This record gives sequence, C-alpha cells and structure tokens, in this order.
Amino acid sequence: MEKYLTGLLGWIDERFPLTANWKAHLSEYYAPKNFNFWYYFGSLAMLVLVLQIVTGIFLTMHYKPDAELAFASVEYIMRDVSWGWLIRYMHSTGSSMFFVVVYLHMLRGMLYGSYRNPRELLWLFGVGIFLCLMGEAFFGYLLPWGQMSYWGAQVIINLFTSIPFIGPDISLWVRGDYTVSDATLNRFFAFHVAALPLVLLGLVAAHIIALHEVGSNNPDGVEIKKLKDPKTHIPLDGIPFHPYYTVKDIVGVAVFLIVFSAILFFAPEMGGYFLEANNFIPADSLKTPPHIAPVWYFTPYYSILRAVPPILNSQFPGVAAMGLSVMVFALLPWLDRSPVKSIRYRGNQYKVWLALFVISFLVLGYLGTEPTNVWGQFSGSWAEHLDIKERATWAARLFTLVYFLFFVLMPWYSKIDKTKPVPERVTG
Amino acid sequence: MKKLILMLSLLVPLAVLANEDAALQHAPINPNNQASLQRGAKVFVNYCLNCHSAAYMRYNRLADIGLTEAQIKANLLFAAEKVGEPMTVAMNKKDAKDWFGVPPPDLSVEARARGADWLYTYLRGFYRDDTRPTGWNNTVFDKVGMPHILWQLQGQQILKVEEKLDAHGEKAEMHTLVLDKPGLLSPAEYDGVVADLVNYLVFMGEPAKNQRLHLGLIVLLFLGLFYVIAFYLKKEFWKDVH
Repeated sequence: MEKYLTGLLGWIDERFPLTANWKAHLSEYYAPKNFNFWYYFGSLAMLVLVLQIVTGIFLTMHYKPDAELAFASVEYIMRDVSWGWLIRYMHSTGSSMFFVVVYLHMLRGMLYGSYRNPRELLWLFGVGIFLCLMGEAFFGYLLPWGQMSYWGAQVIINLFTSIPFIGPDISLWVRGDYTVSDATLNRFFAFHVAALPLVLLGLVAAHIIALHEVGSNNPDGVEIKKLKDPKTHIPLDGIPFHPYYTVKDIVGVAVFLIVFSAILFFAPEMGGYFLEANNFIPADSLKTPPHIAPVWYFTPYYSILRAVPPILNSQFPGVAAMGLSVMVFALLPWLDRSPVKSIRYRGNQYKVWLALFVISFLVLGYLGTEPTNVWGQFSGSWAEHLDIKERATWAARLFTLVYFLFFVLMPWYSKIDKTKPVPERVTG
Repeated sequence: MKKLILMLSLLVPLAVLANEDAALQHAPINPNNQASLQRGAKVFVNYCLNCHSAAYMRYNRLADIGLTEAQIKANLLFAAEKVGEPMTVAMNKKDAKDWFGVPPPDLSVEARARGADWLYTYLRGFYRDDTRPTGWNNTVFDKVGMPHILWQLQGQQILKVEEKLDAHGEKAEMHTLVLDKPGLLSPAEYDGVVADLVNYLVFMGEPAKNQRLHLGLIVLLFLGLFYVIAFYLKKEFWKDVH
C-alpha cells in the first residue's frame, strides 16, 4: 500500500509540484514561534471565506435574482428548502463575522507593524481584499430585496451622484435604471456571486504568496530570517507551519465556531445588527423608511460621510472623506516612520494615537447605527451660532478628525516617539 | 483567554444597544405552549387570513405546532384546497388598495419586522376615532388603514387625553385607553386571545426556530468536546517548542 502511494505521489510530483508546494507553504514554511492571540484571525478569515463560498453556492441554487421573486425566494429557503434556514443563517452570520475577523486581523497588522518593509505589497493585497469584501457585502445586501436592502443600495448609489460633472451618469450606469430596480438586482447578483468572488480569491492567493515570500511578522516585530541555523538554514525562531500552527489554528477554529454557532443558533439577528428588522419588509420603492442605516460593519464610514458638512451645497466632501477613510489604510507602510515595528517597543505617543484611533472607529461605528439626534441637541445661547446643533453630529466630527489625524500626523509622531531597544530574537 | 473575553465583550454593546421602544407593552408569549399556538392559529385563520395573506407559510407546516393534517383540513382550511398550499387570500391588491388605502401586508414575517411587543400593543391599541374613514385609530400606528377586526371580542375603546405633570414637573399629555363599550370577552380574556395570536405570528415568522435552538445545543456540545480534543492535541505537539 505504502509503496503504491509513494508511487502515485512520485507519479504526480514528476508532473505537478505537489510535494514541493506542500513543503513551501506548509511543512517547511517557517513561522515565528511566538504568535499570540492576534494571529488567529488570518486563518479564521480563510475559514469564513470558504464558509461563505460553500453556503453561497447552496443559496444560489434556490435564490431568484428577480425583483418580483427575490424576497419570496429567501423565505422559501428559510421554510421549504431542507436545511435552508441553516445555510442562510450561516451565510448571514458569516458576512458579519467576516468583518469582525478582518477588522481584528487589520488591527493586528497595526499593533505589530506588519505592513512595514518588506511587507508593503502584502499589506496592499490585504487592503484590496478589504475593499473587495466591502463590495461583496454591499452587493450581497441588496439580494434579499427587503426595505433596508433597497434603500441602503439607493443611498449608496446616490453617493456617486455627488461626484462633480460625471456623478449622475455614474450612478445611472451602476444602477442600470433611474431607480434601484430589477436591472440593479440582476447586476448586483452577478457581481456578488461571480465577479467579486473571483477577484477576492485571486487577491487572497496573492496575499498568501506574498506572505510566504517575505515570511510572517510576529508580536516582537523581529525578522526571524536574520538569524538562521548555519547548517540547516532554518530560522532559529521559526517552526514549521505544519504541524505546529495547523494544530494551533484548529484550537482557534474551535473557539471561533463556538462563538459563531452561539450567534447563528441563538441570536441570528444579533439584536437587529446582523439581520435588520426592516429587511423583513419587502422592498417598496414608494415607501422610504424613516431611518436608513447600513449594516454595522459599514457604520464607521457612514458616520464619517454624515459628519462632513456640505461645501457649496455639494455632498461631495463627505463622500470623498468616506472614500478616503477606507483607502487611507493603503498608505500606512509609508506613513509610519518608526524605527521599530511592534507596539511592544514603541513609545507612548503611538500607543495613545492607536488607542484614540480604535476609540474613534468604535464611536463612529456606534453613531452610524443611530439617527443623528441620538444624543439630543446643544442648548444655551452659544449653541445658537452652530450650524447643526445635534450633539452626535459634533461628536462624529470630532472623532472623524481624530480618525484622520491618526494617519496624517503619523509620519511625525511615529518618528519622534521614544522607542525601546528591540531584542535580537523573539521573546516568549 | 483574558484577551479573548475582552474581544468578545466588544460584541456585547451591540446586543444591549438594541433597546425596544419603551412605550410598548411586553407580549406575554411562550413559544413552547402548543395549546396557545394552536389557539393563535385559529384566531389567525378566522380573523386575519381574510385580508392578510401569509404566502410563505404552508398550512401543513402547522404540524410543527402539534396539529395533524386531518385536524388542519377539518378546522383551518377555509381558503385553500390542499393542505400543502400556502396561506394566500382571494382579495386582489388593487381592490385592497381602493378599500384600505394600502394593500394589507403579507403577515408571514410581520413578527420579525415589527417584533412581538409591537404586535401585542398594536392589537390592544385600537380606539374609536370618527375622523378616520374606518372609524378606528391606533395608539402605536397613527392613522392606520386597518379597521379593528377584533372589536366584537374587545369592545370599543376611546382615547382619553389629559394634561398631567410628568416626573420632571413639566406638563405632558397623558394618553390612556378606556374601554367605552365592553365586548364579548373580558379585558383579561381579550389580552389572552391577543397573546395567543402574537405567539402564533412569531412562530409563523420563523417556523424553524425550535429546530434551530435544539440543533444549536447539540452543535455547541459537539464543539465544546472538539475544543477539548483540539486543545490537548495542540498541547501535545507544542511540547517540543516550549
């Protein structure tokens, strides 16, 4: 038997680099031995990606991308398709958990300077994945054809209208109609199930190839490739990804699936944040809901959009700020001038700025789910001079400013920040 | 582990912040009470399913609340021929629009859109209002197009508006519903009927819910076991690293 298997493997290896790839990417890919909690989220993102693709394929078998039938077909899946409810909830919970995992994965990169030389391109592929994921979420959210699907898409597509000169034409081109309609639903379906998944898979492959070319960063920000065993040329602080990190990631997968299943089976709506109540009302082009909010993972950017005041009667500055707030992550490798990578050896300035950034992100995220009058209005005579009196709007403006200052001032504060000496080898 | 708990706690505000409107009354429903669900189904089929469809719900799904096909056929199948058909109505949308201003919405997932408390408050919140074409208005749905279909059971309420001092000592309008002409049922009995109906509407919003909760426990139990095995597997392998 063994001889037969070796024979088969040999046969394949002569024609396809199976063993070579297995070694390069798993059994002889040396990862730093000091990965901590934050390093689970990369493999978890892969897990959720696979989950979304598999559940998505089964949903596609029963879903109807037709304005007349879409809403009903989702309910058909929830009721009449065997295990349809489970597949649909896996997909809806998966989309939110994808963002949870990816946001934590991105924060990991910011904590330990994973975007720094030589990992700039790796980071850029990551930003591409993030953008692609946002596209997937946006296109996919229209498909259930509920009120929030419909009006959310209406609002987002209308944003393009504010682009000077070409805006209205772009909106019309994206929509394929003068309002969100069957034409829009059909093209969004095509983007959601074919176009973007292809791009996403390509980017993920590029992300991993780039990672395995430069090697993983670690919580100390030490390059393990600098110190290799003179005989074997294996990094002294490196361990083979398989079996060490495969078995470790399985533990992460177990914990993640417990959280995932707890939500999926006991709170699939997550209090209206993963599945919104309004989306159980079929899309109605004549009835605008009083409060339109995007799903939670878009709300920080939505807050930024609302916070920026119009200039010369144009909403474009807000739209530009929102776009910038997403794209600005791509600049991190060139904004950061610190001599060290990891937050462990950085000084207080970076730590304070990163904390402020995270707080801004969370507060903006919260405010984006609420109407702008959620915190009431300023009172008193001085408030008379304010253009907009709502407290929440001013809070959103303040935190938008902090959000951008984190990036804009980074070349300075990261450079003058006091750093601690970085050890030769990884710790712990 | 501490960090993991910290991260998970970030999710908690999401659940807490989703607070319901304080003015709504809590719906006293119990999804495990099959008798209540069956009574609710009877009220639904007799009163609601004349104008409102529940087109995503099939009659034979009522088996999930303990009814046999024979029982469904004998007692609940007024608007359809076969027990596998969905709960549709004969009223067409155009007529409905002429009569009520808006076509009555499909109620299959109404409970998921509105929530049980809203439905409970709504169905108890009708009062006489002669300025409305139907003669009825509602405390949680102002200028509602639907007449009070359960009025014979509840009787007729009127809305009393008084100016009172609120907790901050400021004048505020207090709205109270008063039963003007009693119906066939006592207020307590009527509340029971509404609770049964809401219970049924919640069931109909997601018939797979009980199966979901049941399966969830098994899955979590399995994953708990899987975690223990995965944990010790990792520990065994990592002995040579540490």
